[in-house]
Amino acid sequence: MSVLLALDVGLALLVFAVAAWTVFAPGAFAATVGYVVYGLLLSLVWIRLFAVDVALTEAAIGSGVTGVLLIGAAARLRRAGTTTAEETPSGSTRLFAACLCLLVSAALAGVVLLLPDQGPTLAPQAMERLPETGLGNPVTAVLIAYRSFDTVLEKVVLVLAVVGVWSLAADRYWGGAPGEARAERPEPTLAFFAQVLAPVGILVGVHVFWVGADEPGGAFQGGAILAAMWMILMMARLTEAPQSNAFWLRLALIAGPVVFLAAGVAGVAVAGGFFAYPSGLAKPIILFIETFMTFTIAVTLAMLVAGPPRREPRQ
Amino acid sequence: MTSATLAGLIGAALVGLGLYGVIVDPQPLRKILAFNLIGSGVFLVFGIVARKGAAAGLQSDPVPQAMVITGIVVAFAASALAIALTLRLFEEAGRATLRSDAGANPPGDGADLE
Repeated sequence: MSVLLALDVGLALLVFAVAAWTVFAPGAFAATVGYVVYGLLLSLVWIRLFAVDVALTEAAIGSGVTGVLLIGAAARLRRAGTTTAEETPSGSTRLFAACLCLLVSAALAGVVLLLPDQGPTLAPQAMERLPETGLGNPVTAVLIAYRSFDTVLEKVVLVLAVVGVWSLAADRYWGGAPGEARAERPEPTLAFFAQVLAPVGILVGVHVFWVGADEPGGAFQGGAILAAMWMILMMARLTEAPQSNAFWLRLALIAGPVVFLAAGVAGVAVAGGFFAYPSGLAKPIILFIETFMTFTIAVTLAMLVAGPPRREPRQ
Repeated sequence: MTSATLAGLIGAALVGLGLYGVIVDPQPLRKILAFNLIGSGVFLVFGIVARKGAAAGLQSDPVPQAMVITGIVVAFAASALAIALTLRLFEEAGRATLRSDAGANPPGDGADLE
């Protein structure tokens, strides 16, 4: 037990040190790379909290996909110039900010230490009705069955984010494709890497989605892995990002929330309640919804990383 | 001290660290990074609430876990939008800064623009 405690303390110090690096690192690029490492370490902390589903999400989305997004942005902002002296806050501002932040941290730490050992919990209720959903993973049951409306709204947030990102395109690029065109001769090392990794990664992504019904995993984690594979293929320039006015792309972006919402409305007629699933059919319906959601999440995450259209649309 | 309490304390420290970065660092990209630190700190504090809700044979309450998963995805969507805005600002203005534009500044203040 004491070995585990020592590991926990070491992990905590490491997470804090890397987090401090992302705030105090001299260059934006170094800070961004620090953030990716931070995300991976944080997923270890989540495993120590016995929240493996969250750990997978943190590693895949919080560290992986966000990392690609941030590193890409840092690389493009390299020419943005350094901070001018005028923008740099004065010593007294820094001191005041540091005191404020210490206060906030101390208050939060106090709350954490004062928490009772056994807090209020919904775990018994979640486990009690779990057999009715046919699922074995209570976290998936919360996401797709008990609190489905939250999850639908979250999908809508993702679609709105894509609309927001696309609307930042210059007028002449509207409807065009983000990112670079497919290369005539892709860079060999990158192309080889992508060709070896993508088939395996796609299998892993589908597997993580499929086992999510009973084991840690699910639509978010699987979708993020699938998105990463597509991004790798686009980065190796073996394929190019689709035009943002492509009909199939827009259909893919809304398929998840539309199917989910349709299943919810159908529940009113069939099972007597919004988002109620008829008993006995719950698991097939949930997996059907999740299939579309995984696909939509994969497409949405990849499009959010690709950014606004940067090429004129082809006719 | 249990590993859950320790994780909660890291969460508290991360919130403060991120808040400091958001206030002090003038670069938008660094502010986005720091804001994400605050977010993950809040998630960790919520994570120990989940851990303290261990019951019914589960090591951790699934409801807060599901909410954190949703939160991570929404935080990513917000970061993507914020980064797209920063890059667009850089393309339009040639520099990525949150300072009000040169015209709004007192005369002689624009010398450092180029």
